[in-house]
Amino acid sequence: MTPGHEAREVPAGWWVPQPLRVSRVRRETADVATLDLAPVSPFAFAAGQFNMLYVFGLGEVAISISGDPAKKDRIVHTVRALGAVSGALARLRRDAVVGVRGPYGSCWPVAEAEGSDVVLIAGGLGLAPLRPAIYGVLARRQSYGRVVLLYGARGPSDILYRRELETWRRRLDVDIEVTVDHAGADWHGNVGVVPGLIPRIPFDPHHAVALICGPEIMMRFTIAALRDRGLASEQIYLSMERNMKCAVGLCGRCQFGPAFVCLDGPVFRFDRIAPVFGIREI
Amino acid sequence: MEGLERIVLGHPFFAGLGPEFGAAISGCARNLRFAAGEYLFREDEPANEFYLIRHGTVALELHAPGQPVIVIATLREGDILDAAWLVPPYRWTFDARAAELVRVLGVNARCLRDKCEADHDLGYELMKRFVGAMGERLRATRLQVLDVYGTPRS
Repeated sequence: MTPGHEAREVPAGWWVPQPLRVSRVRRETADVATLDLAPVSPFAFAAGQFNMLYVFGLGEVAISISGDPAKKDRIVHTVRALGAVSGALARLRRDAVVGVRGPYGSCWPVAEAEGSDVVLIAGGLGLAPLRPAIYGVLARRQSYGRVVLLYGARGPSDILYRRELETWRRRLDVDIEVTVDHAGADWHGNVGVVPGLIPRIPFDPHHAVALICGPEIMMRFTIAALRDRGLASEQIYLSMERNMKCAVGLCGRCQFGPAFVCLDGPVFRFDRIAPVFGIREI
Repeated sequence: MEGLERIVLGHPFFAGLGPEFGAAISGCARNLRFAAGEYLFREDEPANEFYLIRHGTVALELHAPGQPVIVIATLREGDILDAAWLVPPYRWTFDARAAELVRVLGVNARCLRDKCEADHDLGYELMKRFVGAMGERLRATRLQVLDVYGTPRS
């Protein structure tokens, strides 16, 4: 255990998953599905937190909560089929039962950002952990300055939450840019990378907060572009991904320099991890 | 200040450019517009002009036999198209299609190359800007090639 973590209490019964029924399944893309789980009592979480989902007989995996924090009657997870457990989750059907424990981890500074411009930047499946923050900001839209959402995907068929993005885009009080890495001629949106959009987007760097979630290399270039626009490290938050096992800081699998991603993250203020963020061995 | 010169100096690509250079560039320039679907140029055509996008979106496309067109980038107001005019063999290496109504400033390549040869200060100023823009494109292309949103390789 790393220094500073000794005094933390591990919640009682942390290892016991609660069996919950899948109430709805939406196929988002070829390998991504969104599961709604029905909690037995109102489920409270903060935007950015994650749950451990257990597929009985197979294993457990950490998945961000991608639903609306205001809707406590469902737990929403968007899962991409990558390994044995996530593949099984992505193939689940309605009325299947999964084990759930959580929520765990730190959260996006949705309340703290009130009064500022908010720049939300997601890449690929990174839109899922960011979506609860988007719901939170839009629910109290009048409390924020400009709101900008940048989203990058591999191609048009890989875009997550497409209908919702289109709905948000119709709003007059949110700037949304969606870009893909490559596309056919029938795609009328932008082709290019997310960092390339940043020089153009409207926000006041002196009064802005940026929330980023995506592949680490994309976040690295995005942070560089934001800093070119004048954003300080203290104004940038990102959600880190590491292989989380216990989710309560016992096993050390998700150690990230002096921090545990499951305990101190997954959402970090960038200045707090900047010294280790670019180190290849970490 | 003449209209074209004002447009040249007002384009983000030429931000901070001295007025004497603005006059030299605008002497080679003309306003052009392309309707949606029209091609500004096609791959392998001579790069006789380069373009400063003033309005609209341009899709850069690559064609492969028997395969659908691939859009590799979209460029917008404030961007430039491209550096092929600057170095031999002065040929475009992709197609550029107007995705919507596009207004550009077209700068005659031979005219500007001659001015750069005669005035190396102008040439160096242009070269710095084009190298910067091409470096940005290269960095973006590297990220695209990395396929960062694809399935992680084990």
